Amino acid sequence: MPNKNPKSTQAELERIAERILKLSEADGTEVDVSSTTDALTRFANNTIHQNVAERTLGISVRAVVDGRTARAGTNKTDDESLRRVAATAVSLARNEPENPDLLPMLKSEKYQKVARYFASTAGTTPEDRARAVTRVCKMADKQKQTAAGIFASGSSQSVMANSRGLFAHYEQTRSEFSVTILEENSSGWAKSNSPDIHKIDPGALAEKASRTASDSRQPREISAGRYTTILSPSAVLDLVGFLFYDFAGTAVLDKRSCLTGRMGKKVFGENITIWDDAYHPLQSGPPYDGEGLPRQKVLLVDRGVPKNLVYSRATAKKMKTKPTGHGFSLPNEYGEAPMNLVFAGGDKSIDEMVRTTDRGILVTRLWYIREVDPYEKILTGMTRDGTFLVEDGRIAGGIRNFRFNQSAIEMLANVEMLGPAVRAAGEESFEMVVPAMKIRDFHFSEVTKF
Amino acid sequence: MMRDWANLAIETATRRGASYADVRVMDIRHREISTKNGEVGTLLESESLGIGIRVIASGAWGFSSTDRLTRDGIQECAAEAVAIAKASALAKRENVALVPEQAHVDTWQNPFLKDPFRIPVEQQIDLLLAADKEMRRVKGVTVAEGSMSFRKIDQLFASSTGSSIHQIKMQSGAGIVATSFAGSEIQKRSYPNSFGGQHMLAGYELIESLDLVGNAPRMAEECVALHTAAQCPEGQKTIILGSSQLGLQIHESIGHPIELDRVLGMEANFAGMSFLTTEKLRHLKYGSDIVNVVADARLEHGPGLGTFAYDDEGVPAQCTPIITNGLFTGYLSSRETAASIGEKRSGGTMRCESWNRLPMIRMTNISINPGTWKYDDLIADTDDAILMETNRSWSIDDKRYHFQFSTEIGWEIKGGKKGRMIKHPSYSGITTEFWNSCDAICSRDYWTLWGTPNCGKGQPQQVMGTGHGASPARFRNVKVGIAFAK
Repeated sequence: MPNKNPKSTQAELERIAERILKLSEADGTEVDVSSTTDALTRFANNTIHQNVAERTLGISVRAVVDGRTARAGTNKTDDESLRRVAATAVSLARNEPENPDLLPMLKSEKYQKVARYFASTAGTTPEDRARAVTRVCKMADKQKQTAAGIFASGSSQSVMANSRGLFAHYEQTRSEFSVTILEENSSGWAKSNSPDIHKIDPGALAEKASRTASDSRQPREISAGRYTTILSPSAVLDLVGFLFYDFAGTAVLDKRSCLTGRMGKKVFGENITIWDDAYHPLQSGPPYDGEGLPRQKVLLVDRGVPKNLVYSRATAKKMKTKPTGHGFSLPNEYGEAPMNLVFAGGDKSIDEMVRTTDRGILVTRLWYIREVDPYEKILTGMTRDGTFLVEDGRIAGGIRNFRFNQSAIEMLANVEMLGPAVRAAGEESFEMVVPAMKIRDFHFSEVTKF
Repeated sequence: MMRDWANLAIETATRRGASYADVRVMDIRHREISTKNGEVGTLLESESLGIGIRVIASGAWGFSSTDRLTRDGIQECAAEAVAIAKASALAKRENVALVPEQAHVDTWQNPFLKDPFRIPVEQQIDLLLAADKEMRRVKGVTVAEGSMSFRKIDQLFASSTGSSIHQIKMQSGAGIVATSFAGSEIQKRSYPNSFGGQHMLAGYELIESLDLVGNAPRMAEECVALHTAAQCPEGQKTIILGSSQLGLQIHESIGHPIELDRVLGMEANFAGMSFLTTEKLRHLKYGSDIVNVVADARLEHGPGLGTFAYDDEGVPAQCTPIITNGLFTGYLSSRETAASIGEKRSGGTMRCESWNRLPMIRMTNISINPGTWKYDDLIADTDDAILMETNRSWSIDDKRYHFQFSTEIGWEIKGGKKGRMIKHPSYSGITTEFWNSCDAICSRDYWTLWGTPNCGKGQPQQVMGTGHGASPARFRNVKVGIAFAK
């Protein structure tokens, strides 16, 4: 079926941006116009139970008046609404105190090209998704299992322009397949996403989840404690995602970062090196930040030592350094954050990690992770959808799920083996490029009922 | 205009082959203000108008939404919803069945005294900055923050079976937070609750009633004092939970497991399922005899974030007994899930975040009924316990059995008296064991209808506000301190 509800074209977005720049009475004006079409087919109990599509337009205007700045937004494109959104931004800005940290808007910038738009992803139809889901549901039926999950596809584009001549355009597609396969007392899970839908193989992901469910049948209870633990890339992502804001200059300035007093010291293992790299081939997102500044590749951790933070323009000025292109849209109180984390990987497979483990735990997926202690970075959460006991170098069977209370700092100091870094998808953090990890003394504190 | 758009959508969907269609036109206005260390952080106002069209065609569901509110835009969106439903039918096992609901034609608006969007932004900023200044007066406070948010939802629901319901909901919320870094600790205190403070279906009068400035010094002083407080012990203890923490305990260990879509496996891939399988209805001893919990969306329950006149599939607000004298007695249901378990009517809990999202089962106001205890009598009656107040972290497994919570602050109770301050309070347990250990609940005088503005569920994920009425309560033999165990 052709797309019946198409997104706006780049030219339409540009026209809206130009119109607002003309209408605005602010000293300086920045306009973000974005357009998204997205669709998601959701299945459970081996049938499609929700199937949705959306077409949205967002117009966001930042006004600067007498050293003050504020933002207003709308999705209405008639002239009166555009005039009103511009006026609202000005009115809000006029009514706040002067902001001593406010910098002039950027002038024109040059951006490195990234190719993250795939016509085949944008052209995916409800029938395409339904056919793939039907195959997965039939496979589950055949295995006497139950499938639940999503298959999503969509595209978005945005234009950023300001009254000092900055202009940026970014376009991206997205596709995602996630599946949980259930048996009477066990389950398995797999998930993948990519701008290119051809990189997603729903059948292979469903088969992986199906094997995990069948391999973890009749889970037994083992006591909580500290175990050598093998985490899938998704589980690693969901944990280390809680560290990303700690690398913001603002977090350190506010003394809210776990890196306060730890920069330049060896706090992680020698095998931990982390970059923020928006240009990595497995990453996604625009090559510029919320003010339109080009994103830089930043070495955050070098062989266990936190080396660099990321900075917005205002934070960089306060901390007497240079901005790195990681600022959020203004105005905000958070400053910046690295959004494109890339870990240096290793060469060990999960099979090899299992083979070299006398007694340990293999984790497929983590769930409901929350921060217990922000400075020691103690995180709590649960295992889910396939937790295994490893004994004498082999998987000995499924076990009941654990609660963990584990310091992420200690965890990254105890990494014994690393797998290759892959684009991983989880639930608690945005996607990043991370490896599977074998970790010494991971702290599981309690066991649940299943 | 809203009615014309809705009628056009329903007419188009029906003409294209939908056997049922419903439509939500929503015009949402939002204001958000935050301050940090004497400066304005976020200052934002936005509006969003669009239409969401849900249909049944070929016996399956389809949904599409658009903000292109031209004749062509609405017709194309309705046609897409029908085409999506027909694609859904490719994997159909049986036709969608809904319990009946009569047509309703009505208009409703929640009562409020002061429209927050008519209060000058300058006045709102001044209030936050005044509280900020009070917090920063206390030596040791490293970050002082305040926030306010307001949301006005003007929405029309219409269906192919003749309903036409116009509702306007005004939500307000505000809170302050003091944070202190010292040594190797980051401590924080939030007022009146963590995660943005208190939120209700109310106007600016709510903000004025909170006395943010008056409470700022106490928050700052407690925050700094936490650094030198005693560490929460490890072991089995009696605990008393403050009302906002009990509200979140209800949210996580009662509100989510009673969602019938979770129970039936519809959320298995993301939010998870529930231990409350259908054979447990009217058989499971969920809590002790004094535990009575309701799901009440009616205004007479209070102006909570889960209060409305009709849900987003046109079913009137109701009060469903969830736990009655300790017995599990009810689920949160929709027209489709009620049919699945043989109920005659939906419990009226379908809600959507915005026009571009599908309505799904969401908590309304899930509240524990007040008990009989005066707060001072409860403390005096307690020999050895920890009083825990204001949530700091929360986590529960995907079937809602095992939970762990920590709070910002605790107080030792010894010999019937409130004693020294405790830092890093935490407790954990199994849902039904915990609720069965409840032996005292404070009376209506100490009961507050808290708002949780940030409940996430669904794919694509939707954030919804829920209400939780609670008063302080006591629980026996609870595991404490494990979050910080070495």
